[in-house]
Formats: sequence, C-alpha cells, structure tokens
Amino acid sequence: MRAPESILPLRAEGLGFSAGGVEILRDVALKIEAGAPTLLIGANGAGKSVLLRLLHGLLAPSAGCVFWACASDKAARHQAMVFQRPVLLRRSVLANTLYPLKLAGLPREACLARAEEALALVGLADRVQDPARRLSVGQQQRLALARAAALQPELLFLDEPSASLDPAATRAVEEIVLTLARRGTKIVMTTHDLAQARRLAGDVVFLHRGRVLEQAPAEAFFQEPATEIARAFLRGELVW
Amino acid sequence: MNDLASAFATALGLILSLDPGVLAVVSLSLRVSLAALILAALLGLPLGALLAVARFPGRGGVITLMNALMGLPPVVVGLLIYLLLSRSGPLGSLGLLFTPSAMIIAQAVLIAPILAALTRQVLEGMWEEYAEQLRSFGAGPWRAVPTLLWDGRFMLLTVLLAGFGRAAAEVGAVMVVGGNIEGFTRVMTTAIALETSKGDLPLALALGLVLMAIVFGVNALAQGVRGVASRWAG
Repeated sequence: MRAPESILPLRAEGLGFSAGGVEILRDVALKIEAGAPTLLIGANGAGKSVLLRLLHGLLAPSAGCVFWACASDKAARHQAMVFQRPVLLRRSVLANTLYPLKLAGLPREACLARAEEALALVGLADRVQDPARRLSVGQQQRLALARAAALQPELLFLDEPSASLDPAATRAVEEIVLTLARRGTKIVMTTHDLAQARRLAGDVVFLHRGRVLEQAPAEAFFQEPATEIARAFLRGELVW
Repeated sequence: MNDLASAFATALGLILSLDPGVLAVVSLSLRVSLAALILAALLGLPLGALLAVARFPGRGGVITLMNALMGLPPVVVGLLIYLLLSRSGPLGSLGLLFTPSAMIIAQAVLIAPILAALTRQVLEGMWEEYAEQLRSFGAGPWRAVPTLLWDGRFMLLTVLLAGFGRAAAEVGAVMVVGGNIEGFTRVMTTAIALETSKGDLPLALALGLVLMAIVFGVNALAQGVRGVASRWAG
C-alpha cells in the first residue's frame, strides 16, 4: 500500500536528449513504480547516466517530459542521487552528512540524529570526525550513500555506485542498497555489471544506443529477453 | 662596505632595543595593512566566489578586467583615492586625506581585485566539481557561494596572505594619500623611502629588515596552511 502523497509512479514520455548535435537519448518511455530496485542496464554509452540525470532533473530534456505523481517541486525534495565518483565536501564525515539535511531546513537535533543513524548504517560511525576526502574510495562511496540515505528520500538514484570499487567494497555498497530498498526507498540504479543487476533488480530497463528496448520484471528479462540485442547482451557479446 | 656593515649593526641595535620610533612605524604599518585586508576581503571574497559560480553575458570581460586590475600600479591607486578624498574632490568633506583611514582605503582598493581574482580562480575548479552534487541537494549558485567559501577556507587563507603581503609591501599608494607624516601616517615602506633619501641608512635598513621578516613570516604561514589544506582536500 502506497501513501497517497507518494511521488511515484514516475513516468517518462517521449524523452530525448541531444548535446552538441549528438543524439544521446531518443523517444524514451518508461514507468517507475514503488517496490524493488529498478536497474538500468546497457553497454557503456547506451545513455544510462544521462537518463538518470534527466529523471533527477539535473539535465533538461530536449524532447518529452518527466511526470511525477505529485507537484515537481515536492518530488524534487523526496529524491536523492549518488554519483559514480562521490563528490565529497572538504569537511568532516559528519559535516558532509549534515550538509543536505541543513539545506532541507530540518531542525538541528533531527539533522544530527538522522546523520548518525545513516553513518551507522554504512559502518562509518567511528569515522565521523575524519576529513571526508581522506577516506578510502569504498568508504567515500559509503559516505555518499549515507548522505543520501539521511535525507530519507522516497526515491534514490544511483549512477554506477560500485563501478570503481573492489569486490569487498562493492559487496558493502550492495548490502546498503538492499537495506535501503527493504526500508521502502525506491532504488533506480545504473550498472553495466550483469551479475550485479541479477543480484539487485526487481525490474530491468534495458537501454541500447539511446533507446529503451525493454522494461520487464527481472526474472522474465534474464530468462527470456524479448529482443535479440538483449539476448546478445546477456550472452556477454559485445553490443554497442 | 664598512658603511654597510656599521649600518647593519646599528639597524640590528634599533630592532633589538625595541626603538619606540621603529615600533610606532611598524605597528601603524601592520594596523593599516590588516584593516585594508579585512575591508578588501569583505568585498573581494564574496565577489570572487560569485564570479566562480555565476554564468552571465559579459562574464569573461569581467574576469579579464579583474585580472588586469591585479596589476594596478599602487601609485595610480593612490592618485585616484587622492582625487576622491582631496578637499575639492567628491568625498573631500569627510576630511580623510592624509589620515590612516585614507591609507586603509587606498590599500583596500589596491588589493580587493587581487583577492577577488584569486578567489575566483581557486573556487571555480571546486564549483565544477561540486555543481552537480549541490544541485542534486537543491542548492543553487547563490547557496553555493558560502559553501565554496567555507570549503575553500584553507586555500583562501593563502589568498588573504598574498593580499596582505602586497598591501604591507607597497609604497606608492600610502605615500600619496597618507603623506608620510611622522608619528601619524608614516609606515615602514614610506619611512624606508624617506630615510634612504635623507641618508639615515641604519633606520631604513632596520625597517627593511622588519618588513622582510614580516613577508617571510607570512609566506611561511602560507606554506603551513597549504599543508593543512591538502589534508582536508584529499
């Protein structure tokens, strides 16, 4: 059961994006509903990151529209995004986590409580006073996840959050993602790692050359993809 | 050669005995340059930060102008402030000419463009890195200005030290608007110029040594700050 004031489902219709005369996305239609994580998969350059930025509102589409189930300014306040390379402020771990909370206008005690809870969730509770940019790459990404999670967004966009991490750090990131998903945060995540997609996905959006070729429940997609290109992609062939 | 050696010895004596004349000049120098630094920083830092984040037509021109103003000749700044503050000038009624206040204004005008231009350079790279993340948090360019100023605090401290060094070492501006009045507007640089032309080399040398020591100290401080900065910048 979904709360009546939910920002989801999110719908995109006829979404296109061009930059410098190059068409990156064309005629993208998709619907993202509350529930298990949605994984955007496809080869490098398929347009996954751009699609994520269009949905999150960091880029303005050249064509088409993104529709929320509520007013778009309210939707903006209930979503967050974590980038492939975490952008950490030149402050302590705790100050990084507090920053967006203060920006959202939360009272001081609530900021602190949420920040500490989020840092405990990602296993950084003992590093709160350390300079954020001195953390290891894996810890930095966990901090970025904590910072987003502390906002308690209804929808969390993750752009290849483990692309530059080793297996142990990747595992830590995936565990955090699954925990957040269990708590009711809708995860929309890009990856080019098929095994990761299988581990996390509730449903899959398959992109190829700037177009959405398939959107299907994960099980159905991985067992029987509808398009030849997706079948080739799943076989591990080089499609581009 | 003997002259130089004895001048040097007398100079050291003046410094070590804490000669009141030397102390007065040094202390006025520091007060004027520090006040000018504060004034210039209040204007220059936010302006530089704003230029780092704002995108508007003519921005390139503004940046070019600011970079050019970094090279303002102090004596020309002095002349402009002189014209503004002289009795028949637009601000003549304030009666500020030939006072320390006039010297503070002149040095502030001299270093404000330096602070703004260097701040812009330091923060622009940081903004490129932060922009997308801050927009994701719902923070626009205006909200980014204080964030960048705070996150750039260690690098900006070296910018401030550069501005202070420039102010403390210049002679033209304070000479023109201050008048080098003994006990009132005489600072280290103007005193050095005067005493040298009068032939009182020991006093000039003593002040020169103090000035050098201050400049070295400021640079050592800047070096130390960069060390701390790299710890936080990562």
